[in-house]
Amino acid sequence: MTAFGFPLLSLLTFLPLVGVAIILSVRGDEKAVASNARWTALWTTIVVFALSLVLWAKFDRSNGGFQFTETVAWMPQVGLTYKMGVDGISVLFVLLSTTLTPLCILASWESIQTRVRDYMIAFLVLETMMIGSFCALDFLVFYMFFEGVLIPMYLIIGIWGGPRRVYSAFKFFLYTLAGSLLMLLAILAMWNFAGTTDIATLMHTTFPKSMQMWLFLAFLASFAVKVPMFPVHTWLPDAHVEAPTAGSVILAGVLLKMGAYGFLRFSIPMLPLASADFAPVIFALSVVAVIYTSLVALAQTDMKKLIAYSSVAHMGVVTIGIFTFNAQGMGGAIFQMLSHGVVSGALFLCVGVVYDRIHTREIARYGGLANRMPAYALAFMLFTMASVGLPGTAGFAGEILVLIGSFKVSIWLAIFGGMGMILGACYMLYLYRRVMFGKLTRADLMSILDLSPREIMTFAPLVVLTIWMGVYPSSFTSFFDATVNSLVEHHQAALAATTKLAGVAH
Amino acid sequence: MNWTLALPEIVLAILGMAILVFGVLRKQDSFHLCSMLSIGALIATAALLLSGGSGTGFHGQFSADPFALFVKLLVLAASVLGIIVSLDYNEHENLRRFEFPVLILYATVGMMVMVSATNLMTLYLGVELNSLAIYVLAAFARDNLRSSEAGLKYFVLGALASGILLYGISLVYGFSGTMDFADIAKVLANPANVSAGVVVGVVFIASALAFKVSAVPFHMWTPDVYEGAPSPVTAFMASAPKVAAMALFARVMYAPFGHLLGQWQNVLILISIGSMVLGAFAAMGQGNIKRLMAYSSIGHMGYLLVGLAAGSQIGLRGILIYLVSYVFTNAGMFACIVGMRRNGQSVERIADLGGLGKTSPGMAAAMTIFLFSMAGIPPFAGFIGKYFVFIAAVNSGLWTLALIGMAASAVSAFYYIRIIKVMYFDAPAPSLDARPGSLSVVAGFGAIFTTVFFIFPAPVVAAADAAAKAIFG
Repeated sequence: MTAFGFPLLSLLTFLPLVGVAIILSVRGDEKAVASNARWTALWTTIVVFALSLVLWAKFDRSNGGFQFTETVAWMPQVGLTYKMGVDGISVLFVLLSTTLTPLCILASWESIQTRVRDYMIAFLVLETMMIGSFCALDFLVFYMFFEGVLIPMYLIIGIWGGPRRVYSAFKFFLYTLAGSLLMLLAILAMWNFAGTTDIATLMHTTFPKSMQMWLFLAFLASFAVKVPMFPVHTWLPDAHVEAPTAGSVILAGVLLKMGAYGFLRFSIPMLPLASADFAPVIFALSVVAVIYTSLVALAQTDMKKLIAYSSVAHMGVVTIGIFTFNAQGMGGAIFQMLSHGVVSGALFLCVGVVYDRIHTREIARYGGLANRMPAYALAFMLFTMASVGLPGTAGFAGEILVLIGSFKVSIWLAIFGGMGMILGACYMLYLYRRVMFGKLTRADLMSILDLSPREIMTFAPLVVLTIWMGVYPSSFTSFFDATVNSLVEHHQAALAATTKLAGVAH
Repeated sequence: MNWTLALPEIVLAILGMAILVFGVLRKQDSFHLCSMLSIGALIATAALLLSGGSGTGFHGQFSADPFALFVKLLVLAASVLGIIVSLDYNEHENLRRFEFPVLILYATVGMMVMVSATNLMTLYLGVELNSLAIYVLAAFARDNLRSSEAGLKYFVLGALASGILLYGISLVYGFSGTMDFADIAKVLANPANVSAGVVVGVVFIASALAFKVSAVPFHMWTPDVYEGAPSPVTAFMASAPKVAAMALFARVMYAPFGHLLGQWQNVLILISIGSMVLGAFAAMGQGNIKRLMAYSSIGHMGYLLVGLAAGSQIGLRGILIYLVSYVFTNAGMFACIVGMRRNGQSVERIADLGGLGKTSPGMAAAMTIFLFSMAGIPPFAGFIGKYFVFIAAVNSGLWTLALIGMAASAVSAFYYIRIIKVMYFDAPAPSLDARPGSLSVVAGFGAIFTTVFFIFPAPVVAAADAAAKAIFG
């Protein structure tokens, strides 16, 4: 129970399901149902967001451990408890999820016209799964939420997606499922060894090194698909291109973070030796991801695909940061995840704005939009700059911290990782030029309308966040500094313990 | 001799006869009435079971223990659901004959005997009583060529399996000198008594039981019989008899032949891998939903055999929990399949489900839940079952088996979500007829159970724990 005597995290997690129940109980003709579903979903997500602000206010930033913990006996026969809690790493992701979901509902207000009720239900279920997986303090509970995400996302891509939605939905589902099942096997192995799936206990369980290696590979299979890391990233462009705008926002903004969060929460603290040993592999894959997918992004003709590939590159920077095992690198990685969640989400919304009007994402179909849509151009500009990592925007602090962290590991790592920033500037500015500048030549673009009040409402919080994170990053970093420091200490202590043992053996 | 231990079986058999006589003597159509009476008889039997004692009766041939109780209650529930599912279908397909529920009753009696058997002879009697009733049920639509063929095919192959079973029993009896489970275990506890003859006998018995649960390589009959039999019969065959046969399989392997674990474990591992892999791959190309369910059930038997191959109390607990999730998911799924009807005609192609999400959202949602559950996606019941089974495999160090099981699980997810794709992503086919209330009740009950099982699994897990303990002592 929390300080207030009520289970805040469970409330946050399951409140969206109350919204689902309300939507399900609505009867009437299709139009009324659609409108009711929209409003119910919006209000539910806003209430969840408001509740999540309690976390922001009451979270003790100097405490590196778990807070707001709740424990309920669940399956005592297998040592399984329903346990929730947040620490510095997860608390901001909970807030990211609760912030993005209402914006997604707003963004789908007009663009989704078929089966609105089912759509809103899927989004609310998705919110439950997202918040739950960041709050779970039992590995199996985490797994259930982590996998549960697949169900609404499969339906969102498959029902409301573009022309190749079926292929993309299947690819998304099966890639992720295959990875997760290996993770489930690893969870079972850990349970068999430690007799529990409690995360806090597992963090302080020392697994034998050979076992750590296998477990790490199993986790890698799951998290690498989710991040996604090269070479298992290919589902992402497909899923992004076909998903409806709001689906892409959630996919890029939150779901990708689950993979990186998995590394931070499970791989590194539970398997320190294997993590250290596999770090070079991760670095290599990440560097390939950063450079290769950036180049691929440069060649894209579809706006969404371009941003999807840029996501892979940015997440490559994140995985570099995580495996530097120092406070700067890890802190930078977390910050980069948060900023990427806001910025890439915003960029997908930007694409959605013009897609709703012209119904194409071909870059070549656009040009000169700045003339007709000044407000849109401004917002797009800000998010482009943030994606590039311009100082003063959200993207800067994370990238620079990761670079500093990787310098400590190897200068080459820093140089190759830094290439991502340069290439990022190339493809984003190139995109911006082609879409925004030049002459308005096409007839349908001549009459295109600027942002509607609803769209301005959607973008405003993201603009504020982007600038806030850029100008005053420490109001965010202060959340996770203590946790990251203790994670680094924990890691070094674990490594030191083995070297000592090795010294004794000699 | 404590014959009251078998009171539930005796009462059910007598009630079955009474209903039969009632049906014969009453000149008018009494299908509905007899069905209701049969459901009443099953419920009364469940009440008797719950109030009955435990112990061994009939000179050690029959055991009423927590394990038997657990499985019998599950079997009774599955039979009740089976009768409810048949009500409307039989009405429409001109199968409204009062023998139908009576046959289900007798199959159930057979299953209850199977579950309680602690002697190879009781085991055989139970298996035969159950099988004979189901042979007739499979051919129940006697004017339908496919149904008759299904019945005949099942009968011929089933008779062969019975022969193998009897041969195995005779070998075991010949080499150990007894048919009593406890005595066999005592004899086999001494490795000197484990001759090749006993091992061959055990393998024969295991093969016959693998036929009953339709595990690879004894699965050939399943797709044809599932497809040919009337849908409610398929629904029934896929649930209750599978439960009883799997429970019997577990008891036979663990109780008398527990000391031979080293001999039969590898056989079961192979059967299990074969079933999981075949279930995953062969179902992919199916266009008929009943055939698909046949392969799906072969796959599920593979997962159950993972728990059996683990050879431990944890494994048995896993089997029981998996069976609970399997029965209710399966009943719900078949309630939907039986209800597939267009312009009064039954349809069973997967393509017929096109656009169901639009034309019949409730049924589509329920089927989606069942399919995700069967694919083992959390939080649905199927995931909980799989989790407990794989816990056992890992606990016994069967890593390869667990790994292949996970891989098969990922592959089989493909055809499950393909049906969801048809229902939600494809263009609507002409809409199906409205479902009758009885099927909606079963589907709704199944869907709710499948969805909320994960919240309160503790009582079921505790009961399964106690049941497994009864076998392992």
